Amino acid sequence: MTAYQDRATFASAQTAQHRIDLLLIAGMVEDGARVLDVGCGTGELLKLLEEKKKVDGRGIELSQSGVNFCVAKGLSVIQGDADHDLVNYPDWAFDYAILSQTLQATTRPKEVLQELLRIARHVIVSFPNFGHWRIRSQILFKGRMPMTWNLPEPWYQTQNIHFCTIADFRELCVVVGAKIERSFALSPHGRPLGSRVPPFLHNIVAQQAVFLLTADEKPPTD
Amino acid sequence: MSRLLVTGSEYRTIPLACQLFQSSEPLPLDCGRSLETFQIAYQTYGELNADKTNAVLVCHALTGDQHVADRHPITGKPGWWETLVGPGKPVDTKRYFVICSNVIGGCMGSTGPASINPATGKPWGLDFPVITIDDMVRAQSRLIEHLEIPDLFCVIGGSMGGMQALEWCASYGDRVFSAMPIATAARQSSQNIAFNEVGRQAVMADPEWRAGRYLEEGTTPAKGLAVARMAAHITYLSDEALHRKFGRNLQNRQKITFGFDADFQVESYLRHQGISFVDRFDANSYLYITRAMDYFDLAADFGGVLANSFTGTKARFCLVSFTSDWLYPTRESRAIVQALNAVAANVSFVEIDTDKGHDAFLLHEPELFATVRGFLESAGAKRGLTAAEEGISGEGI
Repeated sequence: MTAYQDRATFASAQTAQHRIDLLLIAGMVEDGARVLDVGCGTGELLKLLEEKKKVDGRGIELSQSGVNFCVAKGLSVIQGDADHDLVNYPDWAFDYAILSQTLQATTRPKEVLQELLRIARHVIVSFPNFGHWRIRSQILFKGRMPMTWNLPEPWYQTQNIHFCTIADFRELCVVVGAKIERSFALSPHGRPLGSRVPPFLHNIVAQQAVFLLTADEKPPTD
Repeated sequence: MSRLLVTGSEYRTIPLACQLFQSSEPLPLDCGRSLETFQIAYQTYGELNADKTNAVLVCHALTGDQHVADRHPITGKPGWWETLVGPGKPVDTKRYFVICSNVIGGCMGSTGPASINPATGKPWGLDFPVITIDDMVRAQSRLIEHLEIPDLFCVIGGSMGGMQALEWCASYGDRVFSAMPIATAARQSSQNIAFNEVGRQAVMADPEWRAGRYLEEGTTPAKGLAVARMAAHITYLSDEALHRKFGRNLQNRQKITFGFDADFQVESYLRHQGISFVDRFDANSYLYITRAMDYFDLAADFGGVLANSFTGTKARFCLVSFTSDWLYPTRESRAIVQALNAVAANVSFVEIDTDKGHDAFLLHEPELFATVRGFLESAGAKRGLTAAEEGISGEGI
């Protein structure tokens, strides 16, 4: 079995868990939009967006096997690194740039977010909320780096190097001048938390979060 | 399909099962001269659909020709890309109308240095104007016009064929729906110019070359051309591939001879490559086509900025490189991808892990096949091309 078939198996196993938050992201994207999915993995979201929203979709993925798998499926994907390669794109090249579960794996999350706000009119970011009560309690009571179902790797081999909480991310948005158009706090199953959960509890009970951002200051158009 | 003779090569007559496009309209060339008349030998496979939206132009590499997917009339071997092009294969001739032309400057029926110079009635030899990749593409575009195809569904090619695909996108961007430049570069590197120069010097050092007039004098610079081919062939492979194939194995002997016979299998293999090449290729064509590659620098015509050559492109691109290709390494493809990103073009890029070197694009590479198939099917869906009635066969993957 080749590396990319491995990933395909992995992707289909994850589908049931991820589907709902991917649908949520897809719901924010306008029909026919130009979309860049940064860290697109095996192209699950891109495929969904092409099917449901008829987008002009592109992807960047770090793993070559993931890229080759995507291209063989007919998706437009290149091998690349969010930390270095976004600089090549012109201003507002896309309607939407998407960072789905990728931000925490970048070396320079602030610069990556700034680049995305430059190259796309809207930026959608989803990330695991490090402020979740299980994570807090693992550090507080066990004194160990937390491991949960969606963060299953031990600290020494995880790709995630820059964790943040929902509160941290909101602060980053202020720092980079991003306007939060919409935000969702998600349950472990990827469902938005209902109205029974008041917003001040989101940073404690949400396993992940999804934000739709726009830049405060638009780059000049030509 | 008519059977024709190669009219340019007087020293041999080759039966060609292909078609010929003859133009009496002058072809302006980058060198400032022009060809008053020219001809292109080409081969087609499959059927052009009613909307003329399914034409795929396959561009050949340095020593290739129009016989991409049928038996070669001289060598008797299968077409050079028969792994990829054919019914049910990734470039599916049941779905696409495939065109492959012999480039201008070539020696398999297209006008080249072995053709007769109408002004003198003798073979052109070195009086033939120096041509460029752009000239080759300009001639091809005339062929495509002649076939009354408004725009190509895809231009695909490896190595020099990839250069032509890139040139098509830069020069005739509105006539290209998608492009697959494979194992190529947007400009010839200094190292590759150096290798080409070694080959040309080998040809020109052969006393039988006769300052390029060997056709008139009835000689053939076979030794020089064979050496050129041997040197070039090494660059098409990789150290790993050569080692896997030959190691230090001896050829038909138990021990070394302390002489200069082909003791090693690798020597014997190269000599065979060199000798068999001479049978099917014209020495002056080798000089002209390597020169065309050397002069290739896509950015040069666009202020030195590669991205400018793709400004406003609507084409979908898929670039492919191979990890062990040291002639056109991955960084060359990546530079093209970055330029395409800079104009927000729709681009895919796949690097295939293989030890087969540059030649991998011609060999059995399942990941290449999957990439080509996936890209063409997806582009075909965007183009509104329906799947073949027989359905999509898994053959060739």
